[in-house]
Amino acid sequence: MSAPVAAARPPVTVDDRDRVAPPRPRDLTLPLVALGLGAAVAAALVGLLVGPIRLPVGAVVGALVDRLPGAEVAHGLDAASTTILFEIRWPRVILGLAVGALLSGSGAAYQGVFRNPLADPYLLGVAAGAGLGATLAIVTGTASLAGGFALPAAAFVGAVLAVLATAGLSLRRGRPSGPAALILAGVAVAALLAAVQTYLLQRHADSLRAVYGWLLGRLSTVGWAEVRLVLPVLIVTAVVLVLAAGRIDVLAVGDEEATTLGVRPGPTRAAILAVASLATATAVAVSGLIGFVGLIVPHGVRLIAGTGNRRVVPLSMLFGAAFLTLADVAARTVQAPAELPIGVITAFVGAPAFLLILRSQQGRA
Amino acid sequence: MSAVVVRGLGVTIDGAVVLRDVDLDVAGGTWLGVLGPNGAGKTTLVRALSGTVRHAGTVAIGGDVDRRPAARARRLAVVPQTPVIPPGITAFEYVLLGRTPHQGLRLSASLDDRRRSLGVLQRLELERFATRDLGTLSGGERQRVVLARALVSDAPVLVLDEPTAALDLGHQFGILELLAELQRERGLTIVATLHDLAMAGQFGDRLAVLSEGRLVAEGTPAEVLTPATIGRWWGVDATTTVDADGRVDVTVRRRAADGAGRATTPTSGPEGRRSGSVVARGEGFEPPAA
Repeated sequence: MSAPVAAARPPVTVDDRDRVAPPRPRDLTLPLVALGLGAAVAAALVGLLVGPIRLPVGAVVGALVDRLPGAEVAHGLDAASTTILFEIRWPRVILGLAVGALLSGSGAAYQGVFRNPLADPYLLGVAAGAGLGATLAIVTGTASLAGGFALPAAAFVGAVLAVLATAGLSLRRGRPSGPAALILAGVAVAALLAAVQTYLLQRHADSLRAVYGWLLGRLSTVGWAEVRLVLPVLIVTAVVLVLAAGRIDVLAVGDEEATTLGVRPGPTRAAILAVASLATATAVAVSGLIGFVGLIVPHGVRLIAGTGNRRVVPLSMLFGAAFLTLADVAARTVQAPAELPIGVITAFVGAPAFLLILRSQQGRA
Repeated sequence: MSAVVVRGLGVTIDGAVVLRDVDLDVAGGTWLGVLGPNGAGKTTLVRALSGTVRHAGTVAIGGDVDRRPAARARRLAVVPQTPVIPPGITAFEYVLLGRTPHQGLRLSASLDDRRRSLGVLQRLELERFATRDLGTLSGGERQRVVLARALVSDAPVLVLDEPTAALDLGHQFGILELLAELQRERGLTIVATLHDLAMAGQFGDRLAVLSEGRLVAEGTPAEVLTPATIGRWWGVDATTTVDADGRVDVTVRRRAADGAGRATTPTSGPEGRRSGSVVARGEGFEPPAA
């Protein structure tokens, strides 16, 4: 019955510990990062090469290397081709990579934080808010102000306000409550904003086509302006989400257990969702509502690389970047010179690809 | 020195008082068994100790009253009654979660964290399950993995809520024996809520009894577990014998059909089946004739 008083606790079986190599959890590994980066770079190359005007592979690679500081390579691209490469395709490819990374990374974070495989980055009202903001800008004729940047600005403000409204409505006695309250508040806010948007469209039928075009999403750029807007957000999002991914894994055991493991669930969830929502709002502002990316890319990564958000979040960003860039290539070539809405491509290609991965994994299990 | 000091602990949930005025001292390296009928407040006491419920009064763990999760988690590890098992997680990854209080934001688990996690799995003879999906393990194996997650935090105080609730008799004993070994090995202070009076009589250094949110008894097993107290708080007839080590054997009997001890049968109390605690207030209670 007697027990020693708490004093020096002997370390656990030190001998065994040093003899056997401990297993690895499913963290990020170098080969996986290389794979993701390789996919993104390959997709970017395809994006640069494919278009209405053929650019030879060697010349494009040469011109790219030539741009590196200290490198000088004779690439043989004429002035017009150089302009197409660096002023039209390059910014568009970069934008595609960035938007794909933002939507996929946010989707992975949302699914982890909400412990819900069906959560997507539009869950908390980003899509409805951005849609209403863009609709307002278009029907009031202010969309073209500020060199065309009034439209993304309106969409961004609408998206941020919608998420803030959702967060505010989900508070219980001024304190953050659980994820379920947040999801329900998001559904209510989205329904309300969609109703207002529908009403506005009914009253301004002449704007239908413009609004519809925006809603379906597109990656059209005016030089580098959009890229300059998105890149800082991408960097912040990548750093925060990749570092916080381990915390998302802790949240997976539920709020009470997470607390006993030393993590404050409310503030942790709020911080991650704030960054993911900001990322989504930025992506939507410059590209419209591109559906499905935030849902299928993280799931594809999970099915192939396994669960564990330290792995899923960064890989989702890399493969999401590759996926959206390739989808954009399809969008601008399938019906060239006309462009298909990229949202159509992501759904049309994404859904069967996703089902294929799902079925092959089930067969293996 | 007391590893756990509780003073004036009170918890009110949605207007209902669940715990009131609880004072407790748990000496370092000892095992306190917390007993009480259903609804007595045992789980709430665990939640108050682990800092997951708002409460009045103070809880000091190792002399520290800081109730911020990160500080509390380094001093006190919790084995919950029904742990949430994330889908697809391996036993090793689950145990690694126990190192969270010592980790900042980082890209991957450190070698030290991985070694400690493997060490605990080896100590609990679980290393062959390390890469198995935790959801596919049996109840007894899973409970030991959950215990491993608590141990790997290196917290000196271990709080367990019904650690044997879903286990068969052999596994119940196995887990409690393992805890007793770890208590000796590592000088752990253990606070465990227990349903089974027979187990409590065998394993606790001291026992505390909660009834209707109050601490109604605290002492050695021989002091707390007597036929009279078992009749009073649980409303059943029992005999007890105390062995040389101070362990208590509890044997529970069915009531005699002739109505002996009728005053304490569950249906006789003014509030129906909850008469176990009703009698605790002394209404018409007489200890059953032995």
